[in-house]
Amino acid sequence: MQSFIDGLIASGVFGGLPAEAIYPAMMFLFASIVVFGFVLPLVTITIWLERRVWSRIQSRVGPNRVGPQGVLQGLADGVKNILKEDVVPDAADRPLFVFAPYLLVWGFLATFVVIPFSSALVIADLNVGILYIVAIVALSAVGVLMAGWASNNKWSLLGGIRSAAQVVSYEIPAGLALLPVVLLTGTLSTQGIIQAQGWAPWDWFLFHSPFTFIAAFAFYISALAETNRTPFDIPEAESELVAGFATEYSGFRFALFFLAEWGSLYVTGAIMAVLFLGGWQIPTGWTNNTVVLNIAQLTVFFLKAYFWVFLAMWIRATLPRIRVDQMMSLCWKYLVPLGFVNLVGTAVWMVIWPEGNTFVPYLMVVGTLALLVIFFRRVLYHLRRAKPELYFNPAI
Amino acid sequence: MSLAGYEFEVQRDDGLATEEMTLNMGPQHPSTHGVLRFVVKADGEIMRTALPDIGYLHRSIEKISEKVGYHGFMPYTDRVDYVSAMQCNQGWAMVCERAAGIEVPRRGEFCRVIACELGRIASHLLSVGTMVMDIGGMTPFTHAIREREKVNNLLEDLCGARLTFNYMRIGGVAWDLPPGYTEQVTAFLDQFEPLIDEYNDLISYNKIYVERLANVAAVSKEEAINYNLVGPNLRGCGFQYDVRRDEPYSIYPELDFEVPVGTGEVGTLGDCFDRYMVRIKELKESCKIVRQCLEMIPDGPVLARVAKKLKPPVGDAHVRVEASRGDMGWYVVSDGSEFPYRTKIRTGSFSAMSIVDKLSRGLMIADLIALIASLDVVAPEVDR
Amino acid sequence: MDQYVPVLIALILGGVVALVMTFASTMLGVKTHSAVKDEPFECGNPPSGSAWGRFSVKFYLAAILFIVFDVEVVFLYPWAVVFRQLGLFGFIAMLLFVLVLVVGLVYEVKKGGLEST
Repeated sequence: MQSFIDGLIASGVFGGLPAEAIYPAMMFLFASIVVFGFVLPLVTITIWLERRVWSRIQSRVGPNRVGPQGVLQGLADGVKNILKEDVVPDAADRPLFVFAPYLLVWGFLATFVVIPFSSALVIADLNVGILYIVAIVALSAVGVLMAGWASNNKWSLLGGIRSAAQVVSYEIPAGLALLPVVLLTGTLSTQGIIQAQGWAPWDWFLFHSPFTFIAAFAFYISALAETNRTPFDIPEAESELVAGFATEYSGFRFALFFLAEWGSLYVTGAIMAVLFLGGWQIPTGWTNNTVVLNIAQLTVFFLKAYFWVFLAMWIRATLPRIRVDQMMSLCWKYLVPLGFVNLVGTAVWMVIWPEGNTFVPYLMVVGTLALLVIFFRRVLYHLRRAKPELYFNPAI
Repeated sequence: MSLAGYEFEVQRDDGLATEEMTLNMGPQHPSTHGVLRFVVKADGEIMRTALPDIGYLHRSIEKISEKVGYHGFMPYTDRVDYVSAMQCNQGWAMVCERAAGIEVPRRGEFCRVIACELGRIASHLLSVGTMVMDIGGMTPFTHAIREREKVNNLLEDLCGARLTFNYMRIGGVAWDLPPGYTEQVTAFLDQFEPLIDEYNDLISYNKIYVERLANVAAVSKEEAINYNLVGPNLRGCGFQYDVRRDEPYSIYPELDFEVPVGTGEVGTLGDCFDRYMVRIKELKESCKIVRQCLEMIPDGPVLARVAKKLKPPVGDAHVRVEASRGDMGWYVVSDGSEFPYRTKIRTGSFSAMSIVDKLSRGLMIADLIALIASLDVVAPEVDR
Repeated sequence: MDQYVPVLIALILGGVVALVMTFASTMLGVKTHSAVKDEPFECGNPPSGSAWGRFSVKFYLAAILFIVFDVEVVFLYPWAVVFRQLGLFGFIAMLLFVLVLVVGLVYEVKKGGLEST
C-alpha cells in the first residue's frame, strides 16, 4: 500500500500536496472502500449464502424472494433491523449495554487492517501482524461479556460468561497453532508469511510437515470456538439460553452482533488462507499488468478464504452443540497439549531439515487428495440417493 | 410459585460458596416444548434443582366431558395430546365401549390400529427431531419433519385433519379407508423404513450427540417404576413393558411386533440416549405393525350401531392404551345419564414431569434440555 | 508509529459505521415504552431479582488459567520469530520453557481445575 501511494505521489496525481496529508487520506479512502465495498456486502451475502446452503442441506428452500435468488435478503434484514425499536431494559447498565456491540464490530473490522487481499492490497502490513490479529480478536470477548453483564438478565449473563470462558480458553490453542508458521518464516507480518510460501500446494505451510497440517486444523477448530460457531455456539445456544448474550438486544444493536459473527468467520478463513494456504500466491510470469495480477490474486485469496467459510456453514448444518465442560476439556486436555506437540515438533523438524523436507510435502498433498477423492465419492453417492435434481435446482 | 422446602444451602467441598441463581426456564422458552416452566436453581452451570411448575396449559378437558356427552367429547380428546391424537381418540372410544358394552366391527379395529400406528410414527418423528434440535443439530429436525408431513398427508386422506383428527367414534371409526389407501401407505413405508437407518447414520451415532446424551440423567428400573414412568421412558430403562403386549387390547394380540428396550449401548442403562434410541426402534416396529394390518384387514363395516344419545349403565370403566408417550389410562364413571359423571385421564407426560426434579440435581443446564427432550414431555398432556 | 495510523482509521471507521446505523435505528424505529416491556426477559415471569450476584468461582478459575497460559504463549512469539538466528541454544531453551508450561498444564488437569465448570 505504501509503495502504491508512493508511486501515485511520484506520478504527480496529487500535485503539490504534502505527503503527510496524502498518506492518511489515502489510507482512509482505502479503508472505507474495504469496509463499505467489501466487508459489509460480504457479510450480508455470507448470511444469505449460509441460509441457502443450510436450506439445501435441510431439504427446504431458504430465502429466495429479495432480489435474484434472494441475494439481497441480508440488505432487507438490515433495513428491517434499522426500522426496529432499540429497546434498552430499565434494569440494564445503560452505557455498557449501548457500548458493547461496538466493541464487537471493532474486534472484527480492525482485523481487516492486516489481511492482505493481494500483493499490493493491504491496508497496513504491520510487522506484528499475527500478534495484532490475536490481540484484536480478543476484543469480541470483552464485547460479549459486557453485553451479557450489562443486560442484567440471567440468560444473558450465563451466555456472556460462557462466551468469555470459551473465547479466552481457545485463544491459547489458537495462539499455539499459529506459532509453527511463525517459527518457519521468522516473521509476524502477514505479507511476509505469504511470500514465504508458493502458489503450489506443496509449497503451502499446510503441507510443510505433519505438524503444520495438524496445527492448521487445531487453529480452525479454535477459531470456530472463538467466533462462537457450531459446535461451539454455546454462548448463544438458543435451545438453552434463549439467545444467550443477545437476549435483551433488539434493533440494529442486535444486528451488529451478527455482523460481527459472520465478519469474524471470513476473518478466520482469511487467516487460514494467509498462514496455511499460501494466501494470494498464484503462478507468476503470465502477465505483466499489475492490475490484472492483483485481481487474479484477489480472486484466489477470496476463494481460499471462502472455502473455510463454506466449511463452517457445512459444519454448522451437520453437528450438534457440545456442552460447556466438554468445550473446556477439549480445549485444555486435547488442543493445548496438541499445540505444544506441534510447536516442539516443528522446531525439531526445522533442526533436522532447516530448509524443509523435500519429499514429505508431495506425499502429504497426494495423501490429502486421495482422502478428498474418497470423501467426495461418498458425498456424491449420498447426493445421488438424495435426488440431486431437487437439491440443486436453482429455480426453487 | 412457592419454593418453601426447596431453599438449598449451596455448599461446596472446597468451601467456595457462591450465590445461587434462580432461573425461570419457561413458560416462554424455546426448548420447553410448549408452555412448561422449570424453576432452576443453579450455581454457575450446575443445577441444584429444577422444579417443574405445571398448569400453564390446563384446559379442564376432563370437566368438559361432563357437559358435552359421550359422543361430543371425542374432538376434545384430540387436544389431550395433540402430537399423537389418534391414541387419545382410541382411549376415549374404548372406555365408552367398555362402559356401554359395545362391540366394535373387526374392520373398524384394524382401521384404528393403522391410524394409531401412523400417529405414533408422526409423534416419534417429532420427538426425535426436536430432541436433536434441542441438542443443537438443526438438520435432522427438518428431515424428520419432512417425513412427518407425509404421515400427516396419509392421516389427512383418512380423516380430513392433520393434527386434531377426530377420526374415531364410539363403536368404530368415522370413515373407512379411502380407495387406494393400502398402496399409498405401503409406498410411504417402503420409502420411510430405509430412512430410519439414515437417521442413525446422520445423527444418532454422531460423536458429539452421543457424548451429550450418554450417561446423562440415567434412570434405574426401580426408580422408573417408583416414579411411574411409562412408555418409551420406562422401556429406555431396560424394563420391557408395553400395554399393547402385556395387557392387549384391540387386535394387537394377533400382530407380531417386538417391544424395544434400552440397552445402555453407549453409556449407563436408562440414560437419555437409551430413551432416544427406543423411539427410533419403535418407529420400525410401528411400520411393521401397519404393514401387517394392511395385509390382514378384513372387509365389513367400520362402525357399529350406537345410540345417538349414548347412556351407559350406571357404573365405571377403565382402559389403558399405549399412546406415543406411554401407558395412557382412561377412566369414566357413568350415572346412567347421557353425560359422564366423571372422567379421568392419566397421561405419561404428567408422571414423567415428576422425576425431573430428582434427575436434574447436579446436572448442567444444557443437560436439563436433553432430559426434558428425552422424556418427550408434551405440555397439554401434562396439564390437560 | 506511522504504520498504526490505519488501525486507528479502521477503529474510527468501524465506530462511525456502527454509530450511524444505530443512530438511524434510534431515529427511525418506533418508540413505545411500558413498565412490562422494559423488564428483563425471564421467560414470561416477573423478574426474580437482579442477575448481578456472585458468580460461580469456576469461571474465574478459567480466567486465571487463561492469563497464565496466554502470557506464556505470547512470550513464545518473539522467540519463534528469531528461532533461526538462535540456533540450537534457542531450541533447547524453548524446550525447557515448554516443559515448564506442560508441567503446569498437567498439574492443572490433575488438580481438577477443569472439572464441571
